[in-house]
Amino acid sequence: ACASAALKDVAAYFTKEYGQVAVFDATNTTRERRAVINSFAKERGYKVFFVESICDDPEIITENIKQVKFGSPDYIDRDIEEAMTDFVQRIECYKASYTSIDDEKDRKLSYIKIFDVGSRYLVNQVQDHIQSRIVYYLMNIHVTPRSIYLSRHGESELNLLGRIGGDSGLSPRGLKYADALAVFIRDQQIKDLKVWTSHMKRTIQTAEALGVQYEQWKALNEIDAGVCEELTYEEIQENFPEEFAMRDQEKYRYRYPKGESYEDLVHRLEPVIMELERQENVLVICHQAIMRCLIAYFLDKPADELPYLRCPLHTVLKLTPVAYGCKVESFFLNIEAVNTHREKPTNVTISRKSDEALQTVPKHN
Amino acid sequence: MTNCPTLIVTVGLPARGKTYISKKLTRYLNWIGVPTKEFNVGDYRRECLKIYKSFEFFRPDNEEGVKIRRQCAMSALNDVRQYLSVEGGQVAVFDATNTTRDRRGTIMKFAEQNGFKVFFVESVCEDPEVIAQNIVQVKLENPDYMNCSSEEAIEDFMERIKCYETSYQPLDEDLDSDVSYIKIMDVGRRYLVNRVVDHIQSRIVYYLMNIHITPRSIYLCRHGESDLNIKGRIGGDSGLSGRGKEFAKRLRNFLEEQNIKDLKIWTSQMKRTIQTAECLGVPYEQWKSLNEIDAGVCEEMMYEEIQEHFPLEFALRDQDKYRYRYPKGESYEDLVQRLEPVIMELERQENVLVICHQAIMRCLLAYFLDKTSHELPYLKCPLHTVLKLTPVAYGCKVESVYLGVESVNTHRDRPENVNVQRSTEDALQTVPAHL
Repeated sequence: ACASAALKDVAAYFTKEYGQVAVFDATNTTRERRAVINSFAKERGYKVFFVESICDDPEIITENIKQVKFGSPDYIDRDIEEAMTDFVQRIECYKASYTSIDDEKDRKLSYIKIFDVGSRYLVNQVQDHIQSRIVYYLMNIHVTPRSIYLSRHGESELNLLGRIGGDSGLSPRGLKYADALAVFIRDQQIKDLKVWTSHMKRTIQTAEALGVQYEQWKALNEIDAGVCEELTYEEIQENFPEEFAMRDQEKYRYRYPKGESYEDLVHRLEPVIMELERQENVLVICHQAIMRCLIAYFLDKPADELPYLRCPLHTVLKLTPVAYGCKVESFFLNIEAVNTHREKPTNVTISRKSDEALQTVPKHN
Repeated sequence: MTNCPTLIVTVGLPARGKTYISKKLTRYLNWIGVPTKEFNVGDYRRECLKIYKSFEFFRPDNEEGVKIRRQCAMSALNDVRQYLSVEGGQVAVFDATNTTRDRRGTIMKFAEQNGFKVFFVESVCEDPEVIAQNIVQVKLENPDYMNCSSEEAIEDFMERIKCYETSYQPLDEDLDSDVSYIKIMDVGRRYLVNRVVDHIQSRIVYYLMNIHITPRSIYLCRHGESDLNIKGRIGGDSGLSGRGKEFAKRLRNFLEEQNIKDLKIWTSQMKRTIQTAECLGVPYEQWKSLNEIDAGVCEEMMYEEIQEHFPLEFALRDQDKYRYRYPKGESYEDLVQRLEPVIMELERQENVLVICHQAIMRCLLAYFLDKTSHELPYLKCPLHTVLKLTPVAYGCKVESVYLGVESVNTHRDRPENVNVQRSTEDALQTVPAHL
């Protein structure tokens, strides 16, 4: 009955809310149950893709139970041993009737079988682009504990002048930050840390201070502001008041003339995210818009929040995957810097006055 | 991408597509910038044996045959070592049947001794139609069968396959659980992937899982002639000229004549490709990745102006056109990176028409026709000409169709003098005529 209710909600999501993909998360361990889901989908013209996870390693299962089951509403009022025993018995209830997807009988189904947390995969009948991307993604994720450090470059000369974009070097305070970052990283004592930067001077200069090898990614370059490159917000308002207003109306989708949008950034950052998933400990030294996109991925922020996420200079964010999400720790390395965060102003209409447009511009030289 | 070189080893009975996969994978890896070379043991055997008599050579009880085949494999491995350890190669594809665990063990030992990672690619297929089609497409043209009739060749080849069948030990989930491999079953219906250890292996798996052999054609063309084309200006986002619009109409007729099943049409997000597609009267998909190369500070300039304002940059570009990046712009090398998802999707698709731009088309063509990074930026992609690419055997058949509408020439060959101190005249020697 609960499964039917969930399936009804799936149908509503597709038809009324224009959803593209629904992930139906349950044990679905019997052939009957899977047949019910298949018929449900066939009747409505949905494609079905099964993701089966098979694992008999007792250590992994215990770790799993500890990490996510104890926090579950099901076990809120129990003590740990009780919860563990109860959960292990719950698993036993399913085992007897568990029929894994069968390579012969189910040869017409589209599915991926994941064995032992990714050491082996069986992929059958991938039908289309989205299924191919899903398979690629699932084959690149892992559960090995690690942390991802995100930081912007040190304060740059153009930051001080309140100008966006460009390719300037670090200011004196920015250089101080780079040194502070080196100390911070050393103190964190991170095993096999990989360091990534963009191709722009300010991230490279920041990495140079660390005294370790780093890899440059063009995909990590700051958003291209096109005709607005190296302008101050005041100059943008003066020269392109309409563009400025349209950007405030829809900051995620807005594309600078001859430049990019946040939406474009996400597209070009996808290979970076894929490689971050494959890697273990990584420090990414990047830029404000870039960092907003990466954080939105890790912290599941929607498109309308993404362009307004706070990513101040001289602050390292340490992300550590835990349970179903990410623990976030923020470290301000105590070197002063300008604020480059411009909030959405109250008035975003094209007819607004200059001072309304410039209401939220942070201070600069 | 990786620190130690990778040895990819094919596994499978004859006529299972190993060489097809080897060549295609090699072409893909080289295109994305990973130096890769394939080593076909069959070629070594042909070099050694000179004359192929019959399948008897492959009988497991033919001592002389076994000895020669082993020597050929060793010789190929030696060349692999040379390529990966001395010549700076990153990936070597060792293309042979490698059907016994013993042979694979020898290869893994060799790799370990030399510090190479190993990744096996096994192709398993029992569909007699696929195998027959395979034999017809690539074996009949093979030097081994130059002097036989088709029937004789097919008969002999089937016997050859039998020689391997009895001793074939496919990669096994349990016995080979520590080995990194992908097992491709029935031409991609099903895959088993085991122990992918690094980025390059993950990319290889993704690529292999997206390719198919369903017959289809890919049509490449540029937008119709644009207003900026006529003025000899590069880049920008102008609309079609009168002649460009005429081309779009002729393109529509051409496609109707071709009578293509389920044709997908892709354009960039620039006016000139969109306007071209609009004339076709069918749905099309816009890709930002198909946008023309960003010429940065040189956008919308004529070559004469680039020479006047940025003579140093202009010379540097001529010195290394593939790697040169316009200030605040892109290089061909950057283009290849942003076109990789386009290539991946083209591999997944069937009949597609891509309406794009000169630099973009050069990159796509280089991928399909296996052109090097030196040749790529100078490939000829004239306006108003459609290239029809049809995969056949191990490569691509190319048909070039000029649709009969005049246009400017936008192809600038590499000038003789690429020195930074060259005269203006030398620099502009190869600039095509314009208004």
